[in-house]
Parts: sequence; C-alpha cells; structure tokens
Amino acid sequence: MNVIYVVSIVLAGAAALAVVLTQDLIRLAMAASFYTLTLVVFFLLLQAPDVALSELVVGTIAYPVVLLVAILIDRAE
Amino acid sequence: MTRRARLIVFGVAAAGLAALLIWGTLGIPDFGHYHGRYGQILNRDAVKERQATNTVTAIVFDYRGLDTMGEEFILFAAVTGVALLLRETRQRVPNPIDPVRSEAVRAVGICLVPAVLTLGLWIVAHGAVTPGGGFQGGVILAAAFLLLWLAGSLRAYTRVTPTPFVDLTEGTGAGGYVLVGLVALLLGEPFLHNLLPYGLAGKLSSGGSIPILNWATALAVTAAFLLLFAEFLEERSFVIAGKHK
Repeated sequence: MNVIYVVSIVLAGAAALAVVLTQDLIRLAMAASFYTLTLVVFFLLLQAPDVALSELVVGTIAYPVVLLVAILIDRAE
Repeated sequence: MTRRARLIVFGVAAAGLAALLIWGTLGIPDFGHYHGRYGQILNRDAVKERQATNTVTAIVFDYRGLDTMGEEFILFAAVTGVALLLRETRQRVPNPIDPVRSEAVRAVGICLVPAVLTLGLWIVAHGAVTPGGGFQGGVILAAAFLLLWLAGSLRAYTRVTPTPFVDLTEGTGAGGYVLVGLVALLLGEPFLHNLLPYGLAGKLSSGGSIPILNWATALAVTAAFLLLFAEFLEERSFVIAGKHK
C-alpha cells in the first residue's frame, strides 16, 4: 500500500511541475486538469471519496472550463 | 535584482519551505490514527444518531449545517458579483456562430448528456448514504448542461437554461436552505436542527432533513455554475462576434 502512496505523490508532483513548465495556455489548462486528477487519485487512496468528488468536479471540470473560456476571450481580443 | 541574486533568494525560500513541509508531514498521525476528539465522537455516534451512513454528509448538512450555509452563500455572493459585473456591460449577441463541426463530437456529447444528468441526480439523492451530496452532484448537473454547449451550440445551451429560470433556481436553492433552518427555529428548536424522522440507515430517505438540505444545495450550486458558465460563454461569443464584423 505504501508503494501506491509514493507512486501517487510522485505522479502528482510531476504533474504539478508540468503545470509550471507548460508554456502554451491551452495546454496549460489541460495540464492543470490532469494535475487535479492525480490529486483525486491520491484522495481516493486516502479513503476520502467526498473530498475526491469535490476536487474532481471543481478542479477537473469547472476550473479548466473557466480557464479555457478566459483564454479564448483573451485570444479573440 | 540580478538573476543570480534572485536564484539565491529562491533557493533559500524553497529549501526553507521544503524543510517546513517535511517537518510538518513527519508530525502527522499515522493513517487511521486521528487524534481529534470531536471527530472520534462523530465517527462513533453519527450513524446511530442520524441514520446517515455517509458521516461526512451528516457533519456537513447537520452537525455543522450552519458552516455549509455560509459556504453556500460565499458561492451565491461570488456568482451574483459575476452576473452584476458582466451582465451590465454586455450586449446580447443575436446569433452567435459556434457550430460543432465534428459529427463524432456532437454524437458522443449528446449521448453523454442524459448519462451525466442521471449521475448528478444520483449523487445528490444519495448524499446521506454514499460519498457525494448536493455540492458535488450540483456541479455534475451543471456539467451536463455544459456538455450541451460543448457538443451543440451556445444557442442550445441558452435555450435549455433560460437566465430568469436559472436566477430563480439559484434563489430558491439558497433561500430553501435558510428556510429549513427557520422552520426549526419556529418550532422552538435551534436553527437548522434536524426535525424530520431519521429513517433507516442505508435507505434513500434516511438522515431526516439532510436530504432536503442536500437538494437545496444542489439547486443553488447547479444554478450558480450555470450562471457562471452562461456569463463567461456569452462574453466569449460577444467578443468573437464583434471581431467578425
């Protein structure tokens, strides 16, 4: 079980690094979405399904969508 | 500041933060060995007292129901602010052009709408029984409508979610939560006291007034996200339509 924790944390760390290092904004929104997904997996492993669900709906769906639309508004201008 | 100086400052700050984080993490109790008294009491008694098998929901919508009301009104205030700021300055686009060109995207998206809608309703309805509840289910319900925009068009989205109706839903959800609390007050109990029969643990109807508060929250959250998306999406099509002129 401990191995799964370590793998999950390392994956989240790598995804967080990817968010910081991504230059293209559209890809950044997708990277941020994926990063939250790694956190969701981590929360599930810690047996916190309620928190995982909240993180999933806000971090993986709502936040990237708002980010995407904001980027599109900016590009159109 | 030179690049070198900035790197040194960053290095010191990062090392300090890392040390603090590691120190803090080492002090965390082992998995399953939580030390908070309040949490242990609730873990032991919540299911017996409220017949709600999801202790998290029992805490959020019963024992700490007042906190959740505050959180709900944070979202309410934020969305009201967005609507006030964006609605005033925006002109309505008569015919925004944003058709989905791929038939595959359209077909898959439209097929997903009822599935996501069902999932959202299921998560809200079973808030007291399984993980989830009004907040999570509410965002999923909003996402189902959002799929209409992604797979169809903004016109389809706005036609299914007319703004006056969404506004009304938002108010009904937020107000309904307060109303449940006020009913308890009128009957001489503390604000938001759980009044209804608790039912049997594991049943859909268990938890007393927890399911009602769940549905009120779901209404408020769904409407809040729909309003948020609508304001942003219309802003976007306004800008793009303006550019095409």
